[in-house]
Amino acid sequence: MSRDWPLWEVFVRSRRGLSHVHVGSLHAADAAMALQNARDLYTRRQEGVSLWVVPAASITASSPDEKDAFFDPAGDKIYRHPTFYDIPEGVEHL
Amino acid sequence: MYGNDFTASRQQAAPEPGATPASFQAVLDADGRIEPRDEMPEAYRKNLIRQIAQHAHSEIIGMQPEGNWISRAPSLRRKAILMAKVQDEAGHGLYLYAAAETLGADRADLLDMLHSGRQKYSSIFNYPTQTWADMGAIGWLVDGAAIVNQVPLCRCSYGPYARAMVRVCKEESFHQRQGFEILHHLSHGTEAQHAMAQDAVDRWWWPSLMMFGPSDSGEAASNGHTAQSMAWGIKRFSNDDLRQRFVDMTVPQAEVLGLTLPDPDLRWNDERGHYDFGEIDFTELFEVIKGNGPCNHERLAHRVNAHEDGAWAREAAAAYAQKQAQQQERRTTEDVA
Repeated sequence: MSRDWPLWEVFVRSRRGLSHVHVGSLHAADAAMALQNARDLYTRRQEGVSLWVVPAASITASSPDEKDAFFDPAGDKIYRHPTFYDIPEGVEHL
Repeated sequence: MYGNDFTASRQQAAPEPGATPASFQAVLDADGRIEPRDEMPEAYRKNLIRQIAQHAHSEIIGMQPEGNWISRAPSLRRKAILMAKVQDEAGHGLYLYAAAETLGADRADLLDMLHSGRQKYSSIFNYPTQTWADMGAIGWLVDGAAIVNQVPLCRCSYGPYARAMVRVCKEESFHQRQGFEILHHLSHGTEAQHAMAQDAVDRWWWPSLMMFGPSDSGEAASNGHTAQSMAWGIKRFSNDDLRQRFVDMTVPQAEVLGLTLPDPDLRWNDERGHYDFGEIDFTELFEVIKGNGPCNHERLAHRVNAHEDGAWAREAAAAYAQKQAQQQERRTTEDVA
């Protein structure tokens, strides 16, 4: 057995209408304990109305080594932004 | 914590020892933030682990001098406040251990190094808390000095450390205010209460100034880590600048408290636009760092005992989690069958 409990990532919904945002991580033996620890560690001042805990080992992340190749396809597609287009003066609601 | 990026850094391609990767320097030059899986010089990584771990150790050892007074707080209000403060210190320690883990350190290893004396914590916690007024002086002066030290770390070049410090600084401001309030009440209370407040300030003033570390500007700048830490964007101001900032902030507050600071050389210098203050006797600090402070042994022994006495609870939780997982697995297998 590892010398420490597994690592969990913690996400907090700060109030209704907002999505859960990653706030940090913690160690806990299981999911129930991770939730309780997350409450004690990250919401001591009513910072949230809902919590997610996710085993850190379950997260798949993009690799920094292929950062450029991975995100490059979006680089030359500036026509996806509305500011790309020339609009004649005086046209409204567009 | 704060975005592990989910690969142990041990799996990263280790850069050449001593080499500074171009991508790392480019991020620093743009005043950007280094994130866990970015390339970084090995010395930067090691230096950060050491600094963050020492910071984390300080937070959890710092629970002891104040925990000492929870059972003797003079009112339920004060007791509730002190408990909340000590809980915060535990939280700060956990944020910081998690930040160190993003660099590939293992929390259990860091605790081992604290327990065996191979890593240090702030020497300020090796002084005893003799009276209730010490709770005020610690909050006002020790936490006040910590805030001055920590606010620039919110812009530190290492993202997870900087994000941890943002949380810590937000929470510290209540610590300083509650300390100020304790001293303000005592100072404006009975004669004996005022004397108790003054005595606490007399004892904590110089150790608080020493919290900023030895002099590192002018001639002393070539010694120590300051120049390298500044080049790496870990440190933003010299120890001496931060100490001066703290003195300038604190002197007017002492006047409001109606308490004096124990330094005959303390006076406003119109020319510099700062307060001048007396020379700091660092011989005492170095004795405390060496382990000869009043409480070094007690603090570490208490920490080790707490860790060892809690082993059964950690093991029980792990065994319970394992059993639950096995039962869950069996139920899933039965369902399939």
